[in-house]
Parts: sequence; C-alpha cells; structure tokens
Amino acid sequence: MSATDNNGQMTGREAMREAMRQAMLADDRVFLMGEDVGRYGGCFAVSAGMLDEFGPDRVRDTPLSESAFVGAGIGAAIGGMRPIVEIMTVNFSLLALDQIMNNAATLRHMSGGQVGVPLVIRMTTGGGRQLAAQHSHSLDGWYGHIPGLKIVAPGTIDDFRWMLGPALDDPDPVIIFENGGLYGASGEVSETDPGLPLDRAIVRRSGHDISLITFGGTLPTCLDAAQELATQGVEAEVVDLRSLRPLDDTTIMSSIARTHRAIVVDEGWKSVGISGEIATRIMEQAFYELDAPVGRVCTAEIPLPYPRHLELAAMPSVDRIVAAAQLAMQGRTPEMAVA
Amino acid sequence: MNDLDTTTRAEMLRDMVFVRRFEERCAQLYQQTKIRGFLHLYVGEEAIATGVCHRLRPDDAVVATYREHGHALMKGVSAESVMAEMFGRVDGCSGGRGGSMHLFDAEHRFYGGNAIVAGGLPVAVGLALAEKLAGRDRVTACFFGEGAMAEGEFHESMNLAALWDLPVLFCCENNRYAMGTALARSEAQTDLALRASGYGMPAWSVDGMDLEAVVDSTERALTAIRAGGGPVFVEFQTYRFRAHSMYDPELYRDKGEVTEWREHDPIHMLFDRMVADGQIEADGLAAIEQEVDARIELAVVYADASPIEDIATLERHLYAPNPESPTLQEVTS
Repeated sequence: MSATDNNGQMTGREAMREAMRQAMLADDRVFLMGEDVGRYGGCFAVSAGMLDEFGPDRVRDTPLSESAFVGAGIGAAIGGMRPIVEIMTVNFSLLALDQIMNNAATLRHMSGGQVGVPLVIRMTTGGGRQLAAQHSHSLDGWYGHIPGLKIVAPGTIDDFRWMLGPALDDPDPVIIFENGGLYGASGEVSETDPGLPLDRAIVRRSGHDISLITFGGTLPTCLDAAQELATQGVEAEVVDLRSLRPLDDTTIMSSIARTHRAIVVDEGWKSVGISGEIATRIMEQAFYELDAPVGRVCTAEIPLPYPRHLELAAMPSVDRIVAAAQLAMQGRTPEMAVA
Repeated sequence: MNDLDTTTRAEMLRDMVFVRRFEERCAQLYQQTKIRGFLHLYVGEEAIATGVCHRLRPDDAVVATYREHGHALMKGVSAESVMAEMFGRVDGCSGGRGGSMHLFDAEHRFYGGNAIVAGGLPVAVGLALAEKLAGRDRVTACFFGEGAMAEGEFHESMNLAALWDLPVLFCCENNRYAMGTALARSEAQTDLALRASGYGMPAWSVDGMDLEAVVDSTERALTAIRAGGGPVFVEFQTYRFRAHSMYDPELYRDKGEVTEWREHDPIHMLFDRMVADGQIEADGLAAIEQEVDARIELAVVYADASPIEDIATLERHLYAPNPESPTLQEVTS
C-alpha cells in the first residue's frame, strides 16, 4: 500500500504501517518489537504483513514481558540501534514504567549527557470501545509529567503517517500515543513529509470566539463541536497540541490572544491532569487576554464502565464541549453554580 | 582450574587492594562529608569485579548496580573521575550529576550505576541485542545481587536473553543479604544456579571470594557466549564485610558471622597463595597498600580541586543539545 492509493486517503493503521515500513526501508538500524507484532500482525493490525517483508529479526515478537522488552529497547538504542517498541496498550505500559521512567527518561541526565536513548515507544491509548476499566486508560498527559521524555499524540491520519520519522530522528526517547479509535478512521495523507517539527501545535480550524485546545482522540470530537458551535453563531478555533511534552506554549497563547476564551478537552481525568497544566499556563502567560475563566471537558473521575451509554456519558462529547463553550461565551464554566 | 601466572596474580592482587583501599578512603571522606547521599561499599566482594572485568575486552559492555565503584574502576574508568563523581564535581565520570550510585563512562562502555534493583538487566539484554543484530561478538556483563532475583525484571530478562540467544554474562553477586533480608527469608528456592538453569541457559555457582575461581568461571562463560551459545549465568558466592550503606546499623546479622567471613577475605586468599608459591614476600602487602594509597590520594586531590557546576547550567543533560547524538556518531563512524 502506497500513500497514493485511494486518492491520498488512508486509515490510521495503514498510515502508521506505512510510516514504519518507510523508516525500516530507509535505515537498517530501525526494527520493531513488541507483543504479537509479527505473526499475529499486531493486536490492532498495524504491523500486518511486515513480518513477511522484513523478517523475524526486524519484526520481533516478544514474550509478555513489558519491562524486559522496553528495557531491551533502551539497551539496543544505547547500543546504536533505532528500535520502535510497540506496547500493545497504555494499560500494559504500567508494567514497564520502571524502565520508561527510571531508565529511558533519566539515563542521559544521570550520565552527565553521555548516554542518550534514541528510542521510540508506540502504544494504543484511549477509551470508547467498551473495553472497561483496565483497557481504556488515557494516561498520555500523565506521561507528560516526566522530564526526559518527549510525548506526542497524533490526532490526524497525516500525523499517524508523518510523526514517526522525526520521532526516530530524535536523539531522545519519544512516546507516541495512538488513540485506538483512530486506527480505523480515514483521512488525507500528504504525499511527502510536511516537515512539521515534533513539538509544534497546529491550529486545525480558525475561529475568533473561543479556542478548543485538545490532542489525539478528542481532536475529531472538537472539530465536530466547532462545526456545531458555528451553527449556533460561535466561531471556535481548534488547537491540536500534537506534543504534550514539550507543550507548544507559543501556539496556545497566540490562539488565546485571538479568541480570549478557551476550553481544554482531554480524554484523561481532570484531577492533577494535563488540562489543569494547560489552564495554569494560560493563566501564567495570558491572564489579561482572558475574557472568561478557562473551562475543561475531561473524562468523569471513574474507571471507565463497560456499558456503552455509561462510557459515552463519562467521556468528552460534542454536547459537553458545546455546552462548556457556550458557558464560556457567558463568562462561566460548567463548575460554577447556575446563577 | 589453572593457576594464574605470577604477573597476572600480582596485577590482580594489586587491583583488589586498590578497590579495597579506594572504598575505605571513600568511607573516611563520607565521615568528612566530602561524599554525601548513599554510599554502598563493595568491601569483601572485590574478587568478582576484578576477576570478571580483567577477562572482558575493552569493547565489551558492563551494566552494574549501585554498589559499582569496583566495577567502574576495573572496567577502566579512572579513579580520578570516579572520585570526582563521588564529590559531585564537574570532572566526575557522570559530570557530577550521578554520584556514587550512577557512575557512567560511555567511552569505557560502562553503563551504570543503576540504583533500581534489577532495573539494569533489561538494558543489558538490549545492549546484547544490539550486538547480535549488528553481527558483533561483543559481550555485555550484567552484575546484580541475589536480591534482584526476586524481581520480575530478572525473570523477564533471563527469559528474553535465553529465548533470543543473546551475548549476556549474568553475574549474580550473592552476598547473602538483600539489604537486611537474608536469602532464605525471601526466596523459596535458594539454589540460585538451579533457578537460573530453568531458563534454559548454562548456570553454575562458584566461590566468589577466590579470585582464580572467578577468573576461571569468567573465561569459561565468555568462551561459550562468544561462540554464539547465548547467555550464561554465574552465581558468585560472596559476602559484604561492611554495612549495606553508611546508614545501616547491621541489626540483621551476627558479628560472629562477619568475623567468620572475614577469614575468607579474597585479598588474603590470593595473597596467602602467592606467599606459599614464593611469588611475594610475607610482608609484601604493605608495599602494595602504600603504592595504591598514593594513587588514591592523587584521585582525592584531583576530585577536591575539580569545580562544582554552575547553577546556570542546572537544566542541562535532559535532552540532547543537538540532533546528532553520540550514539549516531558512534554508529556512522
């Protein structure tokens, strides 16, 4: 499958597969390892067909040992390779947290700059597929807490295709959070690398009334909400963060300078989360630009429930985003008592 | 087992004394508050790092623990840079950022200095994977204590290394206590080599106080690994003569047990053998101590003269300063 099939349209999984294929064709040091990436073709079929094309050395099935194969990715990166480690889902990444946090994020610093870890870790994230509490985490922002890591979350199919290259070129560990809902989604893919820096946020829709700031799986939701708001006479700007560490403060603040209002939309939980971090940065850097308090639409503070209606009620939705935006237009947040 | 020749024995004796005196000097410097944080001494276990590292090639890698001063010194990291690291100075082998538990020296392929028990094992497996994928015959020696064998990362790493036939020398330094917990109080199966052999790799146990036995085992293991036979596990039975760290009142073991083990001091074991073989005078140890002490003092002077880092550079070393990392250059050169 090449980027030109279907008039430049691809699904998220096809886009990431093509990104990995091209990276492996271009650089012998790049290899993929993870649970069921080979014979099975990837739990989400992202790496389907790649074992046949590249062989078992470069498309490497691992045992169910998250800590060991993430650590092995770190060691191989130090040893001169460019590994792509796939962790089946973010939920299982918690079993590898020691390696991610105590080694990948710290080795360069504690070695005084000698030992860099040019590793890419990919993992599926997010809820919305009725997979219940242990398979629906959105910890993307939570990982953004850790100095030494770079955290990115593609929200467009074009980013599924083109984020991997700069991540592999980066001399430091990059984690790519891939929202499971986007694997099957279709979108336009650029024929050639658009050359976007990994750490740059992008305005996906322009508007002058309010900024919807989001990333990953809730980007399409915010774009839908913006469309709905337009029918109600509110022109929303949609900022796709793309990178959660570092955060692109410049793009966020220049959007606030245009709209003077903001809603942060995050599929993670609100408490102690990245939505609070972004709201705080806006307060610190653009307080006098604001015409309303910064609002937040996040997932309800519960482990995600199995029944579809409850899960959907827990997660950010077009309705909740529109309601929060309309309140912001009146200078209020959903948390303020109704006057 | 073959005895080592006189020159090799003399060299290794001097090295063990060097490591011993270096660390005893560290303990003094700790009391003088020149060294701070945690300080874990290797006193009593010197034969292992000395014997193993002597048989490694310069291009082999070492991954060690937080009790790693001896391993760093024996892998070729300079005493000056190790001491300066303990002092937290800019000329330290990790630029002062790591301290006693995080000695690193990429040039000597010394990859820490890992202070999470068993956390270094997966990294060692990955270093070995890179060798295998690159078609090189370099070995990664991974040191850890018997306490690490209770961690999940140990099991995962042993399995992965054996499954993929990776060139790792797993060196278990069994000093009988995981901090203060005796082996039998934490492990259902205390025969460590038996457990390791369950992963389908050659595994055996050896007297880690006997330098020549250590060297012999290391040679055997390295030959097998370099021949492409996959990983090997060696349990080195040893004993830590001093406390776990400088904060440890040692309530968990008898003084008598320590005294008994001191009878098996690896330095004296080799020295006595050399005296018996007429390779050194009966009072020959004093001269060696004098010689190494002089070298250690040079390291102390060097460390003390090294500047502290300017606070202006506090946020350095978090990410690469430029897109070309040392790893990339190493690979393309």
